[in-house]
Amino acid sequence: MDSTKVVKKKKSMFHHDSKLYRDEHRAAFLMIILPVLGFLIFSLVPLIYSVFASFTNWNGIGQMTFTGLTNFKLMLKDNYFWKTLYNTFFLMIGIPIGLILSFLLASALSRGLKGTTFFRVIYYIPVISSLAAIAIMWQWAYNGDYGLVNQVLALVGIKGPNWLQNVHTVKPAIIAMSVWKGLGYSMLLYLAAIQSVPKSYYEAADLDGANSFQKFKNITWPMCRPVTFFLIITNVIGGSQIFTEINIMTPTGGPEYSSATIVWYIWQKAFKNFQMGYASAMSLVLGILIFIITALQFYMNRKSDYQLS
Amino acid sequence: MAKTASVGVRRQSRTANVFIYIILILGGIIMVGPLLWMVSTSLKDKMGVFQLPPQWIPNPVRWDAYRRLFKLSDMYTGFKNTIIVSLTVTIIGTMTSSLAAFSFAKLRLPFKNTIFLMLLIALMVPYPAVMIPQFMIFSQIGWVDTLKPLIVPGLFGNITMIFFLRQYLQSVPDSVIESAKIDGAGYMKIFISIIFPLIRPAVAAQFILWFMGAWNDYLAPLIYLNSPEKQTLQVVIANLSATYATQTDYPLIMAMSFIALLPVLIVFLIFQKQIIESVALSGTKG
Repeated sequence: MDSTKVVKKKKSMFHHDSKLYRDEHRAAFLMIILPVLGFLIFSLVPLIYSVFASFTNWNGIGQMTFTGLTNFKLMLKDNYFWKTLYNTFFLMIGIPIGLILSFLLASALSRGLKGTTFFRVIYYIPVISSLAAIAIMWQWAYNGDYGLVNQVLALVGIKGPNWLQNVHTVKPAIIAMSVWKGLGYSMLLYLAAIQSVPKSYYEAADLDGANSFQKFKNITWPMCRPVTFFLIITNVIGGSQIFTEINIMTPTGGPEYSSATIVWYIWQKAFKNFQMGYASAMSLVLGILIFIITALQFYMNRKSDYQLS
Repeated sequence: MAKTASVGVRRQSRTANVFIYIILILGGIIMVGPLLWMVSTSLKDKMGVFQLPPQWIPNPVRWDAYRRLFKLSDMYTGFKNTIIVSLTVTIIGTMTSSLAAFSFAKLRLPFKNTIFLMLLIALMVPYPAVMIPQFMIFSQIGWVDTLKPLIVPGLFGNITMIFFLRQYLQSVPDSVIESAKIDGAGYMKIFISIIFPLIRPAVAAQFILWFMGAWNDYLAPLIYLNSPEKQTLQVVIANLSATYATQTDYPLIMAMSFIALLPVLIVFLIFQKQIIESVALSGTKG
């Protein structure tokens, strides 16, 4: 009895109005409890479960049998794993292309011409459109005989291939579609970044007699670096998980598996072949890869920040 | 002298502007061209699709594809399920998220910032890395082939939304809340009467972005739903398009793709100003 009294006394010595604090703590706690529980139930527990499942042979229904590193050894020898991983990274060629195009478009829009709002909306429509619907549309547009793409090419006398059935053209076709879909988003962010550059920077450069290219190289582009960084990170994370357009446009993974991506392969293994253990192991590797790439980009970005200053 | 120089500069920038307009218009055509072509295809008959050279404006316009579309019961159930999922998730999830953002930004709680950082880590966890165990958890409690696995996780809030609302709330001075506290208002009351009206524009923009994301989701419904009457719209159109492609019924396929993206397109066109501003802001802060 006595000791609790002492503790209570001590507490109230530190907090003048400990009841008020306790009320605030309780309210604050209750307000964040759901997202915290959500994090535990839907992210942390599954993540731990996934690590555990990676070391087992498991069909998702029966017992999990511990098999040690077997899944990872299997992965090393699995040509499809390497091929789909390669395809996933190959498709990321679209990221730099998209960034350059969107930066140029944003520069053009930043001149404050009439109709800027209109163009912003137009370029943003593919971004908000349902990816499934867009994938279905492009599948038709890439049709060899009657598709939009080949009909436009025919206007300039080029006979286009059957894009999605051809080993050599299926990846470029998907890259072009991804650039088209994502352009408006990057452009919008670049436009905001360019418009937030203080006018005085350019005025100072004018006084120093800088030409437009120098202003672009020394002011505009460096000021857009945080946006470039943000876009590269989000695009790489998104690009490593590309699935919807692959599964809709090339339901069998494309000719000779040439458009099958890693997430598509994981999905196939887990939910079509019920090799849950093996699929978990692959998703673990993918998760670690994404983490390493992101961390590396953060590290490189910090380094070049130092160089600037 | 000075006058002629400025006229020269103006002329130069005028030709530059014309050049820029041409590029922007060309780009705009590439952006909306395929979508217009989708609409144009949906207004043709089955044979009109294969006409060479192609017609951009179908003559005559055929509403046949839409008539057949409205007879497909899968489209109705798809719409219904998608509306149920995306509205429930975003309405309740937005309440959860904005309360959490208020707490993280303005209330005192030990280890608050540590907890917040922990939540941010969840943003780094890619969905494919947790989709298999999540599926197992939901299948153990018998939720596979119901809409619950698509709805329930969202009710616990959206970390991206919490992040942006917390950011937004940091510009609200603490004194506003302190004075309400002195007046004896409870925390729920402070949130409803002071905080929520302040962050409403940010909440609205985040809500719309989340709604569009939920409407367009494809992978999770594909994993969890098996029976046709449970499918969401995106999976329905993907399945139907595979079926009708073998019959080369492209007008019908394009009609349903267009119908599937139309609601979000309308929401976007109505709220384009708020959406675009909010997205632009998120990038410069992110």
